[in-house]
Amino acid sequence: MRSISKQQQIQHLYWRAGFGATAALIRRESHQPLKKLVRDLLRNDAPFTPLTVVDPARVINRKGLKGMFREGMLDRDALKQRIRENTGHIRDLNVLWVEKMGSGEGVLREKMALFWHGHFACRVLNPGGVQQYLNTIRQHALGKFSDLLMAVSKEPAMLQFLNNQQNRKDAPNENFAREVMELFTLGRTDGSAGNYTETDVKDAARAFTGWGFNLEGEFVFRQNQHDDGPKTIFGQTGDFAGEDVIRLLLAQKQTARFITGKLYRFLVAEQATDEPTKARISTLADRFYHSGYDIADLLETMLTADWFYDPAHVGNRIKSPVELLAGMQRALGLAFEQKQSLILIQRTLGQVLLYPPNVAGWPGGRNWIDSSSLLFRMRLPDVLLQAGQVAIQPKDDGDVNTEMLARRGKGVLNVTVGWAAFEEAFASVRGDQLPDELAAFLLQQPLGSQQRAEVVKRVNPDSARSEQIRTLTATLMALPEYQLC
Amino acid sequence: MRRRDFLKQSALTTAGTMLIPHFLKAYELNQLGVAPTTGKTLVIVQLSGGNDGLNTVVPFRNDIYYRERPTLAIARDKVLALNDEIGFNPALEPLKALYDDGLVTVINNVGYPNPDRSHFRSMDIWQTASDSDKYLTTGWVGRYLDANCAGADPCQPHRAIEVDDTLSLVLKGTSVNGLAMLNPQKLYNQTRGGLVEGLAKVSQADEHGNVAYLYKTLAETVSSAAYVYDQSARSASPVNATGGTYPANELGNRLKTVAELIQSGVSTRVYYVSISGFDTHINQPGQQERLLRQYAEAVKAFTGDMKATNRQNDVLLMTFSEFGRRVKQNASNGTDHGTANNVLLIGGGLKGATPGRVFNEAPNLTNLDEGDLKYTVDFRNIYATLLRNWLKTDDVAILGRKFEPLGLV
Repeated sequence: MRSISKQQQIQHLYWRAGFGATAALIRRESHQPLKKLVRDLLRNDAPFTPLTVVDPARVINRKGLKGMFREGMLDRDALKQRIRENTGHIRDLNVLWVEKMGSGEGVLREKMALFWHGHFACRVLNPGGVQQYLNTIRQHALGKFSDLLMAVSKEPAMLQFLNNQQNRKDAPNENFAREVMELFTLGRTDGSAGNYTETDVKDAARAFTGWGFNLEGEFVFRQNQHDDGPKTIFGQTGDFAGEDVIRLLLAQKQTARFITGKLYRFLVAEQATDEPTKARISTLADRFYHSGYDIADLLETMLTADWFYDPAHVGNRIKSPVELLAGMQRALGLAFEQKQSLILIQRTLGQVLLYPPNVAGWPGGRNWIDSSSLLFRMRLPDVLLQAGQVAIQPKDDGDVNTEMLARRGKGVLNVTVGWAAFEEAFASVRGDQLPDELAAFLLQQPLGSQQRAEVVKRVNPDSARSEQIRTLTATLMALPEYQLC
Repeated sequence: MRRRDFLKQSALTTAGTMLIPHFLKAYELNQLGVAPTTGKTLVIVQLSGGNDGLNTVVPFRNDIYYRERPTLAIARDKVLALNDEIGFNPALEPLKALYDDGLVTVINNVGYPNPDRSHFRSMDIWQTASDSDKYLTTGWVGRYLDANCAGADPCQPHRAIEVDDTLSLVLKGTSVNGLAMLNPQKLYNQTRGGLVEGLAKVSQADEHGNVAYLYKTLAETVSSAAYVYDQSARSASPVNATGGTYPANELGNRLKTVAELIQSGVSTRVYYVSISGFDTHINQPGQQERLLRQYAEAVKAFTGDMKATNRQNDVLLMTFSEFGRRVKQNASNGTDHGTANNVLLIGGGLKGATPGRVFNEAPNLTNLDEGDLKYTVDFRNIYATLLRNWLKTDDVAILGRKFEPLGLV
């Protein structure tokens, strides 16, 4: 069996619990016990600051803008312009978040927020709603899952996305009630048996009637639209309201199992169906349940476990496009001159933050990889680090409102690279050891001899040391191994 | 074990169990002059954004249509009648000629239960062929690839090609994905000469880990790119070169690429092309007519090419959009997202005589669901027909359950 070094273990922790680390940080922390690093990651994440690109009170959503157009307050061009501005705000928020991930500050919070964004996937066009939703999942990312679930369920963006605004006593809409069970808490089935019945969904939908939001983007409970009759959910009968359904869902141990299993597949290994792993997840789920759904406690248990550092897991996770991008930013201190570049890369690789494909989130894993996405990933370091040209046009999704996201840069992605700090971290490394030392930092898989030869032959031995480091780095980042963490 | 020892050891192990992937063998077989496939080919044209079906195939005898669309309705005398109820938008004139030649079937009211009016979600549903409350991570063409690469038949990405820079969900399968390329030359250039080509030759131990998966994908990509490029380069003689005149726009260029690939004899069975811009909330007429004209001209040139090279009866083109639009126009001289829509099938292998055929009843504008058309044909019945009767494959395995084929081909 393959063994891994302490350095690889530390990098494993930073990749899985964040977006990698700088070479300087790895060198500095290489003698610290892993347990201390985990505690630091959790502690450093304590303060929460919202990401803000727009004052929600000043945003008028599309419906409002169309109303103004009909009343003659806006002409057609002004309407288009205002809708475009709204999309622009969401784009700015996307970029701000990716840059935050790549900054190395509070990485565990941002990593978990990314997990929760895929879990509570939500896609709406009102920038005020999107911003509030994002900050809610970031705020509760390391807190109690019970608080997170309640807060997300009351987010106007989510209520809009899953049609609860239309869920009324005389015309129930089951969309939210169904997804809260199927995707957010219980999962559809637990082996052969279903985790909930159609009656549970129907009655839960009745309990959520009246949950909506107002024009100011605040949650409101509309008593006159609420069905206050008795409902039967999971065998219990009462005049349940929405909060009661959330409480009943959290009382089901299956919720802890479902969330723990999903987090395990995100942080540790996608394959989690063998018996020892199932037993491990079951133990973790028990602990999660009895801790009152304490996410930080669950994370600390997972990240400090011996099995977390099992060599079989190390370097076997396919980085999502955003993880790849934030990881490159983090390692090399990249700064993009045009914000649109960050969107272009996300679109081409199939993960645009704040625009998940549907409520089930991004499928992840091998779904990220096909011929064209792999070729683009392998091309990206050359484009970013060595000013290579890129001629690629991500697909238009057909929605006239997101056209501006499809806008291309000028073909070149202009980037400033923090080479000085990067090279400094390798200052004491002998020239002939550079390929292996750089590989040990950049790759979580061993550098095979044939790959090593392919990499080394791209370096001009007569070039300056700094030039050699840059070429080696760009080439190592182009390897399939760099797509893994 | 020390790192260097490990590297040495793994290199030895790798050399000992060097794997020659199946597709390389298959590629060599092709090089030995095995005849190109004579099977049927399916070309799918996706109209992204939600094409307004009622202004594409116009119910020109319907008073409700004219009442609900005071400024958008196509005047009765402008419509290119297909029968005494419905007819094409005048921008589809080139398509009308194909219809008169018996090459077009119009299927009305195509949709699915509990329709979703979001672009992304509805497109997902059409591309994955899922129910509207299920989320699948593979597309129906991807699963077609899966179903046809088991056993002796090797997995080859180029059996389904999307003419584009990026690959849509529809072409993603569980064990194999289709191939995205704008043209054979561009893809070939991306795989030649540099690191990509060098790494594709790196042998991998037969492992199930993700690193092996990435190298396998890379090797398949390079192999498929070389195969498609070689085939198309070999056939680029005046005899085979496509003779049609395609409109100089994106769809025209892409359908021209499809025509050239078909004529080159590559073993591709499904081609996928999309054209965007149909989300006509504001000022619909100019925009939609421009796009429909591009579409009809490109399809006419494509069909002409197929006829000139005797492939007309072997190539079928299907056109769909993720939804139709509301019956009633909105206040901005446009239309908002709707539900059921028409699907067009074009080719010489269709059932029915001259002229072409309107498969089923025109949309019923008196029986609406909150202002939207009700579907009468599930799109998966069309997919089942194409899979079973055209591509001669197991439609139930691919679609997950039985959808009765329709008498279309």
